[in-house]
Amino acid sequence: MAKKDSVYRGLVTACGLFIILLTLAIGIFLIIRGTNTFTVYRHHVAEFLFSPIWNPKDDFAGGGQVGAAVFIMGSICVCFLALLISAPFSLAAAVFMSVISPKVSEKIFRPSVEILVGIPSVVYGWVGATVLVPFLERLFHLPFGYSVLAGGIVLAVMIFPTIASVSADAIAGVPYGYQEAAYGLGSTRWQVIRRVLLPAAKPGILTGIILGLSRAFGEALAVAMVIGKTKAFPSSIFSPASSLTTAIASDMGGATEGGEYSAGLWSMALLLLLISYLFIFLTRRISLKGGRNHERS
Amino acid sequence: MNAHKKALAADRAMTAVFYGVAGFFLLLLAAFTLYVLARGTAEFEPSLFAFNDNGIGNQFFNTVYLVFLSLLISVPIGVAAGVYMAEYARKGRVTEFIRTCIETLSSLPSIVVGLFGSLVLVEMAHFKWNLLAGALAVSILSLPLITTTAEDAMRALPARWKEGSFALGATHRQTITKVLLPACVPRIITGVILAAGRGFGEAAALLYTAGMSTDINWHSWNLASPTCPLNPIRPGETLALHIWASRTEAVAPNAAQIADLSSAVLIVMVLLFSIGARFLARRASRRFGKC
Repeated sequence: MAKKDSVYRGLVTACGLFIILLTLAIGIFLIIRGTNTFTVYRHHVAEFLFSPIWNPKDDFAGGGQVGAAVFIMGSICVCFLALLISAPFSLAAAVFMSVISPKVSEKIFRPSVEILVGIPSVVYGWVGATVLVPFLERLFHLPFGYSVLAGGIVLAVMIFPTIASVSADAIAGVPYGYQEAAYGLGSTRWQVIRRVLLPAAKPGILTGIILGLSRAFGEALAVAMVIGKTKAFPSSIFSPASSLTTAIASDMGGATEGGEYSAGLWSMALLLLLISYLFIFLTRRISLKGGRNHERS
Repeated sequence: MNAHKKALAADRAMTAVFYGVAGFFLLLLAAFTLYVLARGTAEFEPSLFAFNDNGIGNQFFNTVYLVFLSLLISVPIGVAAGVYMAEYARKGRVTEFIRTCIETLSSLPSIVVGLFGSLVLVEMAHFKWNLLAGALAVSILSLPLITTTAEDAMRALPARWKEGSFALGATHRQTITKVLLPACVPRIITGVILAAGRGFGEAAALLYTAGMSTDINWHSWNLASPTCPLNPIRPGETLALHIWASRTEAVAPNAAQIADLSSAVLIVMVLLFSIGARFLARRASRRFGKC
């Protein structure tokens, strides 16, 4: 009996440790492959990060230019545009869910948000490409509707549920006494929301925004279907661009495995991994700080 | 106007804004779903569901098969890891590290997981793009979700269940397998359904693992044959990938029509899965309410 128990315990523990193994394996393989650009093909990290010339050779000799600044810029532009569009709406929705009408929200709003999370990204991309892009063309008289703006709008819809639900939880988690005290002083509901609830829920709201941003940076296909995939800096939000994920999604299939081109794309994947680590680090910092604040109060 | 009136006016205006945003969002979601469904069904012909190159039958089968395979891998490992985290893990560095790893896995961009899969499961294993590699990539994506669901479900159980089982002389293993896990089943299934729903729509991770072609011969049931439907070591394009392919490669003349239909099918699946998960979750909570 005791033997069976220790076997069981061993098995279960192995599965727990497997998660560590898997995460490390992903990290290590990405580092090995992603640093080939700098070790095997002898490019400078600064060239990769800041040079706008992307012209790697698709062979093992190398000697091309591996500047990913265009893609990095594209990613940053699209994601922050998406955040700019999505954050106000998400915050308003979060307030609606947690303060204005919690009962209706529990029945209708939250399930709807969950459905929005579940819709596959290619479906967003497909609707974006067939509806949004022609619409933008007509609205702004553009030669092509494929643009940073289209990517930003599609991403904004995709990150809306993340920001809204995390922020709603944060607002709902503010101690009830805060609200009562503010109402007791004669505040209107809007004053309570603006002066008390939103400031108190700030760490949670920031976490939601970072999680949304992290989702936006990692999204590949939906963006790729509407952004136009031009390898140049976007001159305005109406011009087409490329992002890190769209470059990997569209070019990796054609690149020779192990060649300079694929090494460059792997470096971009490594960069994406580092970005998602940065976001995890930031959310941890915020939750630590937030915890400390609550202890004080 | 004095300050008091101003504050009241602002309050009323902002309340209107909040209702407006909420209404706008619901309207957007309804319009989106209805539009996709309407477009998918507008030009519908039965031949589009055919199990050949002109229909999406094969892709649909591949999707279901791939999600099934991925759950076969991720559910046992995920549940076991959840059990470990809830029952065996002591507070300390290792447990903290596992938590960080779970967080990392769940925030990894799916295209990065796809690249990892293509390197380890396709290139290093010397295979062509195949369904099994795709299933493994998807199981990496669903592993964190299933692990956290299982752990949370175990932790939410009343402590007296465990105490009662121990008092009857059961060992820890018996307590877990006979008392705790069965009680968690509804909640774990909810998590599994959510994971399956995500698997259905996953495309970026499959781009370079499952491949973008499919060739099934429905009369070949020899598992080793590359066209046998059940052979997991064959390229298997899924519905979501099919939409992507019809955008980027568009070989078939009715590519747009097929992508419309595929989108509609995916949306229907998402709705079914999320309603199913909700239904199960409610039943589970009712069961707990009783005891």
